[in-house]
Amino acid sequence: MGMAAEAQFHVLAVDDSHLDRKLIEMLLKTSSYHVTAVDSGTKALEFLGVHEDEQNQANTPSVFPNDHHQDVDVNLIITDYCMPGMTGYDLLRKIKESKSLKDIPVVIMSSDNIPSRINRCLEEGAEEFFLKPVQLSDVSKLRPHLLKGIAKESQPNIDNIKAMEESHSPDRTRTNYNGLEVA
Amino acid sequence: MDKNLSQRQLDMKRSLLDQGYLDEQFIQLEELQDEDSPNFVEEMVTTFYNNSARLLENIEQALVTGPIDFAKLDNYMHQFKGSSSSIGATRVKNECTRFREHCTAANAEGCIRTFLRVKQEHTILRTKLETYFQLARQAGPSASGGGAKVR
Repeated sequence: MGMAAEAQFHVLAVDDSHLDRKLIEMLLKTSSYHVTAVDSGTKALEFLGVHEDEQNQANTPSVFPNDHHQDVDVNLIITDYCMPGMTGYDLLRKIKESKSLKDIPVVIMSSDNIPSRINRCLEEGAEEFFLKPVQLSDVSKLRPHLLKGIAKESQPNIDNIKAMEESHSPDRTRTNYNGLEVA
Repeated sequence: MDKNLSQRQLDMKRSLLDQGYLDEQFIQLEELQDEDSPNFVEEMVTTFYNNSARLLENIEQALVTGPIDFAKLDNYMHQFKGSSSSIGATRVKNECTRFREHCTAANAEGCIRTFLRVKQEHTILRTKLETYFQLARQAGPSASGGGAKVR
């Protein structure tokens, strides 16, 4: 384990497949993260404190609540790409458009290896793209993004940032380093 | 612990892997299993079979209710393939891939033929896994799998 006496990171997992939710929950719990799993983008946004009804009302000027505080403390969002209704990409966009949510790192999962899809997600601001079935080695790549969140709030932890720069991703994942895609 | 049964379990697993019924993903699931979640693998398999029963019914309905909507079929099979992949069910997954190729080609006969093979592999694997988990249970808590019954 890294830093001493750190609180558990809270990861929000989004997947319409019951089986895959079970799997990602297990992977994240094994990696010592606190997990909340939901089955749709709509439920994810609700959990994050954004109310879909407000989004859909024509007379609501702003899509997101004016207080820029999240209802709950989520440190990372990991979402499936292919979901009915709101796709993982749609969810990613909504999160990046939100003042209160845009700094939460988002990771996309997909069973399809489609380069244009992967690039689109990374360009939209996803930190990582995992091919399914997701494995423990993939989940280990989440830590630098979570630690970066802490670094933003307090003094930068040079060691952890260095560790992030030195880690490489094999073909099955794509990592977003400051807008440059690293294969 | 009865070492003979545990060995039988190991032998069966090796056999399932060698014959291509299961792949590395199944091993990953077993590695995730621990004292806090001693029945994880069996729960995953049970969830798979519970969910896939409905999916297979939907696919079958879509195949017999003409005209065939290949896009809808492909979508169902995409979900089913994803689930198969998540538990490491290689043969099932491979038949799903073939099915989707027939969808893309709008080949109804090919879809029907492949669908029968999907169902067949699905059933064969369930029987084998039921045996496997039974062996695991008999071997005791030190082997993978716990006391939960296969539904």
